[in-house]
Amino acid sequence: MVPVILKNVIKRLEQGVYPHIIILVHMVLGTALVYTSPRSNLAFLVLITSFFTLYYFKADRRFKLIVGVVLTLFIFPVVGVRNIFYLEVIFQISVFAALALGLNIVVGFAGLLDLGYVAFYAVGAYLWAFFGSQQFYVLPFAPGTQPSNLPFLLPGDAFYLFMFAAIFVAALTGILLGTPVLRLRGDYLAIVTLGFGEVIRVLANNLDKPLNFTNGPQGITPIQRPTMPQSVVDGFNTLFGGVVGHEVTPADMYNVMFYLLALAVIIVIIFVTRRLDDSKIGRAWTAIREDETAAIAMGIPLVKMKLAAFAVGASFAGVMGVLLAGSRTFISPESFSFMQSIGVLSMVILGGSGSIPGVILGAATVTILNLQVLQGLSLYLSQLRQSDAVIPIINFAWANLSTQLDPAKYQRLLFGLILILMMIFRPEGLIPSQRRKRELASDKVEGGE
Amino acid sequence: MKRFLKSINVHELLRPLGQLIFFSLGSTVVLSAIALVLALILDRTVVGQTLFERLNVSLYTYTLVNLPQVAIDGLTIGFVYAAIALGYTMVYGVLEFINFAHSEIFAVGAFVGVEILIALDKFGILTGASLVMAYVYLILAIVGGMLAAGALAVAVERVAYRPLRHASRLVPLISAIGVSFLLQDVIRLVESLTTGQFNRIFPTFGNFDRRVILGKMTMGATNITLGVSYKSIIVIVSAVLMLVALNYLVNATKIGKAIRAVAQDHPTASLMGIDVNRIISLTFLVGGMLGGAAGVLYALKFTRIDAFVGFFPGLKAFTAAVLGGIGNMTGALLGGIVLGMLETFAGSYMGVFTMGAAGTEYKDIFAFSILILVLIFRPQGLMGANVAQKA
Repeated sequence: MVPVILKNVIKRLEQGVYPHIIILVHMVLGTALVYTSPRSNLAFLVLITSFFTLYYFKADRRFKLIVGVVLTLFIFPVVGVRNIFYLEVIFQISVFAALALGLNIVVGFAGLLDLGYVAFYAVGAYLWAFFGSQQFYVLPFAPGTQPSNLPFLLPGDAFYLFMFAAIFVAALTGILLGTPVLRLRGDYLAIVTLGFGEVIRVLANNLDKPLNFTNGPQGITPIQRPTMPQSVVDGFNTLFGGVVGHEVTPADMYNVMFYLLALAVIIVIIFVTRRLDDSKIGRAWTAIREDETAAIAMGIPLVKMKLAAFAVGASFAGVMGVLLAGSRTFISPESFSFMQSIGVLSMVILGGSGSIPGVILGAATVTILNLQVLQGLSLYLSQLRQSDAVIPIINFAWANLSTQLDPAKYQRLLFGLILILMMIFRPEGLIPSQRRKRELASDKVEGGE
Repeated sequence: MKRFLKSINVHELLRPLGQLIFFSLGSTVVLSAIALVLALILDRTVVGQTLFERLNVSLYTYTLVNLPQVAIDGLTIGFVYAAIALGYTMVYGVLEFINFAHSEIFAVGAFVGVEILIALDKFGILTGASLVMAYVYLILAIVGGMLAAGALAVAVERVAYRPLRHASRLVPLISAIGVSFLLQDVIRLVESLTTGQFNRIFPTFGNFDRRVILGKMTMGATNITLGVSYKSIIVIVSAVLMLVALNYLVNATKIGKAIRAVAQDHPTASLMGIDVNRIISLTFLVGGMLGGAAGVLYALKFTRIDAFVGFFPGLKAFTAAVLGGIGNMTGALLGGIVLGMLETFAGSYMGVFTMGAAGTEYKDIFAFSILILVLIFRPQGLMGANVAQKA
């Protein structure tokens, strides 16, 4: 009885004006909560999930668009500048969403499992790190021995140019790598891309001799950022100064700017992905993913199409790499480990490979779990350690708990669990792509493999 | 008794031994020749001069004097790779699937073995142990590691792979990557909860660290003692024993016949009265046990282990399996030995040959480059038959 009523209520809520009200209420409630308690993770979750309501409920497209723009362009920057940690979370979500969308083209559309995706990210990052820092003049010096008064090779504004350059450089790297290995079967390809990812990391670690290209494990710093006109900072201050609560510094504005840049890249990626998905290339990718032999028989140029997928995915990662180098002003091989590749993969798998909203949801979920839930647990544990609380029954004092146990460092556990559970229980992801949904449905009818 | 002796297939016992000796000698000879030729060529160039100024010895002598030590080290690590590679190859043989979590099964074996020894050490048993007892404890640790790793491998198959057996190829692979990551952190979790430490050290006991001295050589101003540590001998001997036993199990027993049947064709094998699921579990058990034993041997050789210890040996063993021809057991032996040798030769000589521009740190890249080259030019591996992808 109760479920029926509930179902009817939900059905009512999904029609007419109700969705608009729900979306607005959720957004306003989230903003208010974050505004009143800027340190609460829960409040932030309420705000960020308003995107989910925005996606889930059926409403007028123009209304959705306006709400989305208000959320991303006004509410998030203001909230983020008020508490810089939120902006960091949002920025990371955007970066990983962009990476996941890029990987989605390779894994979700063309069905090529790429385990070394961050290699392309690294290529972009090191591209700008090399040209946007003093590294060119550091070439003859061993790490740590260079004089301190070296000039910069290029002005900071060349950053924008390199965002475009990275598209081509990363795509070229993708093609260079892909040409020999894309003929391989799926599982071999996975291992080779993994190996390639490791090769790039080892190179970044060791190319500090004979010529110092990467500065080795210490990484390259400082990397320049594009100039930030004082007028923008002042403009933001006069517009939002009252709501922010403190004077906005250029450093804050840089964070906002990189967030907006990441957002712009995401929009471009979504646009390109959607256009590609409906194009001849997109259909060729689907055909390859489903059955290579049949695809060849249909006259699809297999290696060419695979290369295209590889290059497109790689170019997006390259752009995000440049963005990362600029925003962090510091790059080291640490940021491009195998774990990062698997992290991005788990975002794609969690959300639903081939599905754009799914992948974004996956990126947001994993990033929040990573940055807020795991770190929250760490904080909680360290508080417990300092208290004199005792676990009942087994009579174990929290203070005796090893300091090695730091949940914030257990990302592998998180990624591993996501991958296993999704593969066993929901291989199509949280928000399956439309095409996949149809396929899985027809699979059930046939009852086949 | 006589009937039992008669039932032993001597041929199957001797054949792998012969293969192992052949592969070891062959790769030693070939690689030594390459190293010496390179040394001869480079001796006249600036490379040789730099070395002469530094150590007062010609490049050729340097290479020659170091050769036996490098070959023995290469063989030791090669046999460890071979033992791990067999786990990959066996699973690939029956399921056509890369068991990515095998490297963590290896790590769990290493941890269980080392923890057993550390526990014994805590009670003071190890320090006073006689030589015989020291070996007994080592065997105990190896058996413990084997059992734990075997059980874990079976459990992983049951939980994470079996439900996905009929899914597309990439689905179980992704699940296996998940298992690999999960296990790494579970090991870390358990270690940090119980011992609070990140690294575990293999306790010193017995005569494992001593060396059998084979001779002394002078190289320029320095003297070099040629020797094999007992560790290396133990690693090589136990690896050979395991490999021979495995070969016997697969090629000369009824269970082995069942494994081979399942590898060829699941439905037909089950029509012949073979319980396919049981055989697959058994394959994981055997592969896991080999991996676990290899883990303990690895810990014995390299002393220090951490939760991520499995990653590189695992990847290299996979490379070895592919190099030899995945699914082919003899190929895994060959691949392991060749890769271990190649890597050690590269690690020892590359630094000198390139005047320090590229040294040991590129050892890992070396293995991957071999993997990529093999997959491009001979995807079926050195010994594999050319198998097309099954749809």
